[in-house]
Amino acid sequence: MTLSHLQRLEAESIQIIREVIAEAEKPVMLYSIGKDSSVMLHLARKAFFPAVPPFPLMHVDTTWKFREMYAMRERMAAESGMELIVYKNQEAVDKNINPFTHGSAVHTDLWKTQGLKQALDKYGFDAAFGGARRDEEKSRAKERVFSFRTAQHRWDPKNQRPELWRLYNARKHRGESIRVFPLSNWTELDIWQYLYLEKVPIVPLYYSKVRPVVERDGALIMVDDERMPLNPGEKPMMKKVRFRTLGCYPLTGAVESNAETLAEVIHEIAGARTSEREGRVIDHDAPSSMEAKKQEGYF
Amino acid sequence: MSGTEKIAGDSQAAAAPGVAVADAGIRLRVSKSLLRFNTCGSVDDGKSTLIGRLLYDSKALFDDQLATLEADSKKVGTRGSDIDYALLLDGLSAEREQGITIDVSYRFFSTEKRNFIVADTPGHEQYTRNMVTGASTADLSIILIDARKGILTQTRRHSVLVKLLGIRHVILVVNKMDLVDYSREVFTKIESEYRAFASETGLPEVTCIPISAVKGDNIIDRSPVMTWYEGPTLMHLLDNVAIDESRVRDLPLRLPIQWVNRPNHEFRGFAGTIVGGKIHKGDAIRVQPSGRTSTVSRIVTFDGDLDEAVAGQSITITLADEVDVSRGDLIVAANDPAEVADQFEATVVWMNEAPLLPGRSYFMKIGTKLATATISPLKYKINMNTMQHLAAATLELNEIGVCNLELDRAIPFDPYTTNRDTGGFILIDRITNDTVGAGMLQFALRRASNVQWQALDVNKAGRSELKGQKPCVLWFTGLSGAGKSTIANLVDKKLHSMNRHTYLLDGDNVRHGLNKNLGFTEVDRVENIRRVAEVAKLMVDAGLIVSTAFISPFRAERQMARTLLETGEFIEIFVDTPIGVAEERDPKGLYKKARRGDLKNFTGIDSPYEFPEQPEIRIDTTATSPEAAAESIVNYLVEKEIIPR
Repeated sequence: MTLSHLQRLEAESIQIIREVIAEAEKPVMLYSIGKDSSVMLHLARKAFFPAVPPFPLMHVDTTWKFREMYAMRERMAAESGMELIVYKNQEAVDKNINPFTHGSAVHTDLWKTQGLKQALDKYGFDAAFGGARRDEEKSRAKERVFSFRTAQHRWDPKNQRPELWRLYNARKHRGESIRVFPLSNWTELDIWQYLYLEKVPIVPLYYSKVRPVVERDGALIMVDDERMPLNPGEKPMMKKVRFRTLGCYPLTGAVESNAETLAEVIHEIAGARTSEREGRVIDHDAPSSMEAKKQEGYF
Repeated sequence: MSGTEKIAGDSQAAAAPGVAVADAGIRLRVSKSLLRFNTCGSVDDGKSTLIGRLLYDSKALFDDQLATLEADSKKVGTRGSDIDYALLLDGLSAEREQGITIDVSYRFFSTEKRNFIVADTPGHEQYTRNMVTGASTADLSIILIDARKGILTQTRRHSVLVKLLGIRHVILVVNKMDLVDYSREVFTKIESEYRAFASETGLPEVTCIPISAVKGDNIIDRSPVMTWYEGPTLMHLLDNVAIDESRVRDLPLRLPIQWVNRPNHEFRGFAGTIVGGKIHKGDAIRVQPSGRTSTVSRIVTFDGDLDEAVAGQSITITLADEVDVSRGDLIVAANDPAEVADQFEATVVWMNEAPLLPGRSYFMKIGTKLATATISPLKYKINMNTMQHLAAATLELNEIGVCNLELDRAIPFDPYTTNRDTGGFILIDRITNDTVGAGMLQFALRRASNVQWQALDVNKAGRSELKGQKPCVLWFTGLSGAGKSTIANLVDKKLHSMNRHTYLLDGDNVRHGLNKNLGFTEVDRVENIRRVAEVAKLMVDAGLIVSTAFISPFRAERQMARTLLETGEFIEIFVDTPIGVAEERDPKGLYKKARRGDLKNFTGIDSPYEFPEQPEIRIDTTATSPEAAAESIVNYLVEKEIIPR
């Protein structure tokens, strides 16, 4: 019996997740409800079966996610039996921060970057699982599986610990924390194939359906609720679209597609000509923008 | 995950037209294997270009990435209007400006047959550490050379590292053939020279391929120009070479326990990733190092129980008997256990700016086990350019040496050449928590099993009872001239007058005898303190109250001395005197000498003093007289019931 690449990736991720639980004092899994989070949660449930994973899920909420994402969040928390923490940056709530008035940079910084830091500090989590993959973006390709953050949550790319074999050094000083990426070696296609084989539930937005969208800067943005401001005379178009990544709905571009099932999605991806991050508005802010965000503490 | 059979009867897939094609595509992909390889070469050999080319030619790039690549090529590329494939890899912006990659980066691509993970590891000298990191998980290494330059010192160094890391396949890629007119003579000369070197070094299977990464010759398609080359193309070889996994599966069972899973009183499972051999329901196993045996009752997974699991899988097992198993234990085949030892010969690669110090203790992580390891004086270090063995007192960043390793406990292991996971380890600095070194166990030293502790009938408890005191060490630390010896001497006199049994180990006195062969380099200072700590420990065993008065500038050694003793036996006394005050006192005239430059490595001047973070007692000598200080220390001993009132 030779293990397939997905079996090897699965085993590696489970080993990483277990190692964190064995070594960290207060771990948490950051659950963003997207497909990568879905795989990560599934792997955690496998790692500790028959026990329930011994840590909570945490969603750093921006209040601007798709409605179907919130529904999936509640469903998966119930199904997994894990505690779900939902954190919202109170400052962003008070100032009603949103991508339309404040722009994607401010929106992301306050809700996500600052929100995450506040949440980690509030609960005293010393290790946080994230679903980032090395194939997503250039600066991710060099990030370690165990990525250390100072007490101020900063990342120093020049001072990373070497990771050899399957040996992870999780020792840290008080106040420091670790971001752990169990999916580091997965590609987008691996994720889709794994979801398919394992029948992991995902948000239906990943499947194509006729949805109301408007075009903004070349991206198809779905009108998910009444908060979306329309230009005078603008009417949402009904288009058959799906999403390759999910984030805040005003910042997530849809792709036109006929793929209504996971098998069809995989078929499309395997021949796809654009990378998934193209649908993300935040990556295009400035050159090397992801790297700059990460140094500041963005996941 | 149970594999391909899950596809059958998937209602989701059966729903829509066109699925048959998609479905077949998925079936093909899940049966793919995974090959990890790393690439090494010198700065300008075109390594990044080669990987960029592999990604490009295997169509692993998307249109938007290509658009960025084309734009970047025009802006910062080095190939005029052509695509600069190397830009795909140089990820961090600082590196992009320098034009060199400075860390390990991981890339992914796939063919019809396989998925690949590439660790791109930079080649220049100061980054041995990165290359070792990238190579540690590789099944295969690609060593790249420039056809115009031939085999360089760097090539030899990379090859030796590849051998050291136990990689079983090497592809020597001779790049830039387009710049030597695709000359067969040039290639043949390089190939025969490399093969001679490889057999000398003991490198395993080697394949040599002439390519041009920029033009694409012999990467996926055979070169239309180098018709004289009859071997495989690079991609063909990558697709067909054997993966190390199959060899590891035939080794005896090794399952390091990561986590004990106890959701309730009925279930007690042992979770881990198999790193050697296979495990079956009903197998007889042994738990190491305890040696207890039992039988596997279940192999539990989320997808149902398994009858068999193999190397590479992460599983949870339950045992038929209630045996004690915890994280760090190794479950092995009952009749094919690992060796157990506490002293080893090992090869160590140093990865930290602060040098390796023999005598200092480091945490050692091997498998899921954490132990404490001390390195005995190095046997030699390896000059990576000439492969010569050189005498060495320390290892600096990126140096490689062979040494003996002494652990605080016996651990099960296999030689690294047999099993990477049970023979490879990392060393962790106990203070900074950095991963400072990586190593490979070679063999256990005979001494480990032959030198046993002699069990003595009269013991520490008996001896201290007779003396009416609890033995301990009063460890005075502080700058030269701080007043350590003065206060220690006063304390010793007071205790003596109280009929206590004491001994004072003084820095200067010890250096006249026991430690007279030691100087004042960092290495010698560590050894100085190690010996003093060991002597103090023997004296504590004899039931004495021992005072030691040494500068002992490094936290790590004071910590080491503390761990030699039992809880409560080590009392750290920080004689806190600001350097200005100590220098003004200068009872031995040493500061003057040091300031003149006549005395090297003087603590506080050109050698650091790491102040204690949580000493049991702190004496501020600017506010306390020696007499009062001694009095307060004696009071502390009374309070802690070390001596009677």
